[in-house]
Amino acid sequence: MRPMLKITDLSATVGEDSEAKTILNGLSLDVPAGEVHAIMGPNGAGKSTLSYVLTGRSGYEVTGGSATLNGENVLDMDPETRAAKGMFLSFQYPVEIPGVPVMTFVRTAMNAQRKARGEDEISAPDFIKKSRDVAKTLNLDAEMLKRPVNVGFSGGEKKRLEIYQMMMLEPKFLILDETDSGLDIDALKTVADGVNAMRDPSRGMLVITHYQRLLDYIKPDKVHVLAKGRIIKTGEADLALRLEKEGYDGVLGEAA
Amino acid sequence: MDCCGGTTEHEDDCGEVKVKDSIDAKTVEAAKALESENYSAGFSTTIETDFAPKGLSEDTIRYISAAKNEPEWLLEWRLKAYERWLTMEEPSWAMVRYPKIDYQAYYYYAAPKAGAKYASIDDVPKEILETYEKLGIPLREAEVLLGVEGAVETAAEGREKPRVAVDAVFDSVSVATTFRKELQKAGVIFMSISEAVHEYPDLVKKYLGTVVPQSDNFFATLNSAVFSDGTFVYIPKGVRCPMELSTYFRMNAENTGQFERTLIIADEAAYVSYLEGCTAPMRDENQLHAAVVELVALEDAEIKYSTVQNWWPGDEDGKGGIFNFVTKRGDCRGDRSKISWTQVETGSAVTWKYPSCILRGDDSVGEFYSIAVTNGRQQADTGTKMIHLGKRTKSRIISKGISAGKSDNTYRGLVSVNRKAVNARNFTQCDSLLIGDKCGAHTIPYVENRCASAQLEHEATTTKLSEDQLFYARQRGIAEEDAVALLVNGFVRDVLQHLPMEFAVEAQSLLKVSLEGSVG
Repeated sequence: MRPMLKITDLSATVGEDSEAKTILNGLSLDVPAGEVHAIMGPNGAGKSTLSYVLTGRSGYEVTGGSATLNGENVLDMDPETRAAKGMFLSFQYPVEIPGVPVMTFVRTAMNAQRKARGEDEISAPDFIKKSRDVAKTLNLDAEMLKRPVNVGFSGGEKKRLEIYQMMMLEPKFLILDETDSGLDIDALKTVADGVNAMRDPSRGMLVITHYQRLLDYIKPDKVHVLAKGRIIKTGEADLALRLEKEGYDGVLGEAA
Repeated sequence: MDCCGGTTEHEDDCGEVKVKDSIDAKTVEAAKALESENYSAGFSTTIETDFAPKGLSEDTIRYISAAKNEPEWLLEWRLKAYERWLTMEEPSWAMVRYPKIDYQAYYYYAAPKAGAKYASIDDVPKEILETYEKLGIPLREAEVLLGVEGAVETAAEGREKPRVAVDAVFDSVSVATTFRKELQKAGVIFMSISEAVHEYPDLVKKYLGTVVPQSDNFFATLNSAVFSDGTFVYIPKGVRCPMELSTYFRMNAENTGQFERTLIIADEAAYVSYLEGCTAPMRDENQLHAAVVELVALEDAEIKYSTVQNWWPGDEDGKGGIFNFVTKRGDCRGDRSKISWTQVETGSAVTWKYPSCILRGDDSVGEFYSIAVTNGRQQADTGTKMIHLGKRTKSRIISKGISAGKSDNTYRGLVSVNRKAVNARNFTQCDSLLIGDKCGAHTIPYVENRCASAQLEHEATTTKLSEDQLFYARQRGIAEEDAVALLVNGFVRDVLQHLPMEFAVEAQSLLKVSLEGSVG
């Protein structure tokens, strides 16, 4: 059975022309539907770059390889189309959007995606109800949802808002980029609960993290180590524990 | 184009335009985009037009005055202004560059043929009515009104949106005003200024030129000499005008200047909300628009003046486009009076205007809310002047400038507090948003404070629409242009909420349209 996300030999550079630097260097990765895969690796390895290339951020150029979602080549699509196909990125550093209230933003996004898929827009009462339910699960203050997106939010609040958006948009393939950074234990548990609640046979997830701790709460089916622009080692959940104990050098040394 | 004084016909190059059904006086509904192919208000109408002889001389002025059958006092008034104008020099201090204006190359009067007076809507040339219909101006509604008893009530039944009375000005001439009878019942005078000169000369004489004197500035002096038409409004004591009033200006004939003169008076404890909308066809040559707007608010009165401007901004190379040099001023003459200016400026090649308030009465309030968008090669030098003369006067300025393309956007504001303006307060916030890296935003605030008890606050920010914000929105599924619109809307939210509700929605779509193609 074809994996939900299939990345084959992906290479990508960042920067203009002569200054272009190769970050991804023949990366291959398969994530079947229904599974949660973790990606760990040293800084500068290309973890965030991978998430940006998959979601279509400008400034990166694909120089080789492919990436498909449910068999469709996503690298050809613009970011909003990839979103409508079900891709969602929980950003490592969510930006502020002054003057645009959270609810307005999320509702606009929901309806844009629905329209792109030929679905009906969500009605105001349905939207409000759904928003209330999701906010409750994530312990988000209703007042926060009326404020402009991320403006004046603490790091932890921003991360929780990413998960709020994820639960509202109900994406098919989730990429969580260092979602645990900046979270205290309680927030971590809340976020993990939200993510785990989204697990589904039709959903795939890529969890990018530095630390084993998140993986205690969001147990991965596979753990990959990304270094020097490619996946150099894949293992089960216990690989993460090994990395914690031995550090990347230990594991990298093995793979060399 | 080779015209001599007299009649001539123009090419009809009307493009396809959607005709609106709903009753809206909004010009913005019709404007599709600033790009040449899409500027749907860019068609012109085949019409027989009377022109004054080309150029500006004493004869031109006499011609205009005669064509309007004006009383002697007004002709004298115009000539006095003209004499002064001849001694004045065009100002050059603004941060705008434009080709030298040859004042002799313009027609200062262009009226659709068959006389400027129409006994009823039916007498208005068909082509003119069609033009307005294309742009969604409800003159057909007026057709029902005129001459039919109780037609207003019947026509208004079951309509969701509030009615708006419209005065339509085609080139230099007011062609029709709707809802006249109903307004008259409330005692409200709403008519073209040319008519007001005949029907209410004393009122006009009393207030004309008292807020913007002839000597005020080069363009105001020019306007005083050659003003064509405009709107006159008088709200009697204690009356809250029963509907929004609106004037719609369209400049059609080539090489004509539009010099309208608007005078709005709110007597004691009166209230009026007025909307001005503007559009003009695409032309290669520049067209000059030098209007004067005077507002007078007596004790406890309030005037709300909103402008949504979408003059042709010129093509992407900066060729053609309207020169919008306007003098707008409000006099809060009475105690506790209030004047607020709200403007959404998205068009014209060069904009030079400072809607201002003279806060004369004690406890009077002046407000200025502005969104000025420049794209392509547009230039704007705009802002306001708040002159605090009375005690405990308050002013509030919120200016949002958006620059895109290769344009330049300058906010220039003056807050002046007189020695006697005890406990005066001002709050100023001017924010600039830059889209792309080839545009400019400038802020030039002047503060003159001669009173120790005055409190003045000033905040200014400059931000760039960031790739990160755009990508964030797109990753959530929002298409690029919608994302720009969303971000811009967030930026201008504070100002949009001051527009009358119906127009706020239109302004939002105009903003989106005017920024199309601004990213990437």
